[in-house]
Amino acid sequence: MMLTIADLHAQVDGKPILDGLSLTVNAGEVHAIMGPNGAGKSTLAYVLGGRPGYEVTAGSVTFAGQDLLALAPHERAAAGLFLGFQYPVEIPGVSNVQFLREALNAQRRARGEEPLSGAEFLKLARGKAALLRMDIEMLKRPVNVGFSGGEKKRAEMVQMGILDPAFAVLDETDSGLDIDALRIVGEGINSIMRRPDKGVLLITHYQRLLGYVKPDVVHVLSKGRIVTSGGPELAVQLESEGYEAVTA
Amino acid sequence: MTELLALPTQRDEEWRYADFAVLQGLAPERFGEWKDIELAPGETRRHCTVLGSDAPELHRVRITVAEGARAEMFAVIAGSDYTRLEAQIRLAKGAHFEFGGVTIGGGEATREIVTRVTHAEPDATSRQVVRAVHWGGATGNFLGRIEVARDAQKTDAAQDFKGLLLGRGASANAKPELEIFADDVKCAHGAAIGQMDERARFYMAARGIPPDLADRLLVRAFIADAFTAMDDPGEQEKLLAAVLGVLEARA
Repeated sequence: MMLTIADLHAQVDGKPILDGLSLTVNAGEVHAIMGPNGAGKSTLAYVLGGRPGYEVTAGSVTFAGQDLLALAPHERAAAGLFLGFQYPVEIPGVSNVQFLREALNAQRRARGEEPLSGAEFLKLARGKAALLRMDIEMLKRPVNVGFSGGEKKRAEMVQMGILDPAFAVLDETDSGLDIDALRIVGEGINSIMRRPDKGVLLITHYQRLLGYVKPDVVHVLSKGRIVTSGGPELAVQLESEGYEAVTA
Repeated sequence: MTELLALPTQRDEEWRYADFAVLQGLAPERFGEWKDIELAPGETRRHCTVLGSDAPELHRVRITVAEGARAEMFAVIAGSDYTRLEAQIRLAKGAHFEFGGVTIGGGEATREIVTRVTHAEPDATSRQVVRAVHWGGATGNFLGRIEVARDAQKTDAAQDFKGLLLGRGASANAKPELEIFADDVKCAHGAAIGQMDERARFYMAARGIPPDLADRLLVRAFIADAFTAMDDPGEQEKLLAAVLGVLEARA
């Protein structure tokens, strides 16, 4: 078992959002979490990432044998967890190349590995940018500054490719993408994360990304807990019948 | 009879945010110490400096920039006690003054940069970029006065201040002052004071960057504008290192 979430309760500003959420993702699996607005999808992503202000009140999360909730956010990343942001943050004055090299080398140092040289890093970055059809010149610009919504999401996937995590939690990575970008991002996720030793939790509103990244399990989240789970066909059913029919 | 030095009081605009508890302990003659610099016509001169120590410091400089000359000054105030850099600049026809300044530090000290740029003749330009980064109970000040004389047409003066406060007890004061007697003049000024972007810090953490490294990257990005006009990467690195050294020593 790669990621085990057991009876997770969490609150934001004193307001309970997650209410006994449990699920298990095995290595080699892609799980999709779907659900209506306000179900707690993004809260789940932030709780797993350790965002300040997202307070766990009960339950546990075990990641690769470790108590994930005991780790600081940067330690979770070094342990192999990647959080793809629904709204990637702009950082003026810090270039993508500088940001990602610092991030990768901080992770490597935390794991007792040698840091990459500038040349080694650029070679790696160039390859991953090409995979996502992103011009390497864009990586010389400040992090996400002036990027369109779709470019930000593609840049997230370039970051994921460079950091090469064991597990990715992708929060609405498909929002803001046009049809071509959706396909490129979907293929990127498959090529980076579809491995027997990796896992993905794909948080999404719509079924469309699941056409490119086939989930092994689909969960429906409603009012802070998983109300039903099934195979890929559940996503199709949700799309045609709506959340209300399935969660009722 | 001995000449009486006019000691500053809090009523003097240029001293209004200074730390008078410290100033009262200084020998009166120190207030009369000015360093005078003159640039010849067409000359370009750059001065880079790191100021401050564990004792109060006053640095007062007057620069006369002759026709077509260019004066550049880049300064970091990195001491742990009261430190004041005061610069008075007189620009002749077509002269330029470039200034980049950073105050950084914690504790209870006040660090301040006070400039008075006089566009005495036409066609002169000036650009000032000041950044203040403080924590603890520290204060960073920028008082920038721009004077444009009656016949100093086509003056182009710009002044930009930003403060970054890394704690609730820290403060920053910005006081732009424009005195313009010519009519064909561009004078731009801006001031903003903010806190560390917590969203950016979490985003960095989610990519594996620990908080102290995130602060270092964000502060470096924040102060970089003060030194972008300097086309000497070596000197630029030296000043950045002085700033980041103070940040790293933060308890």
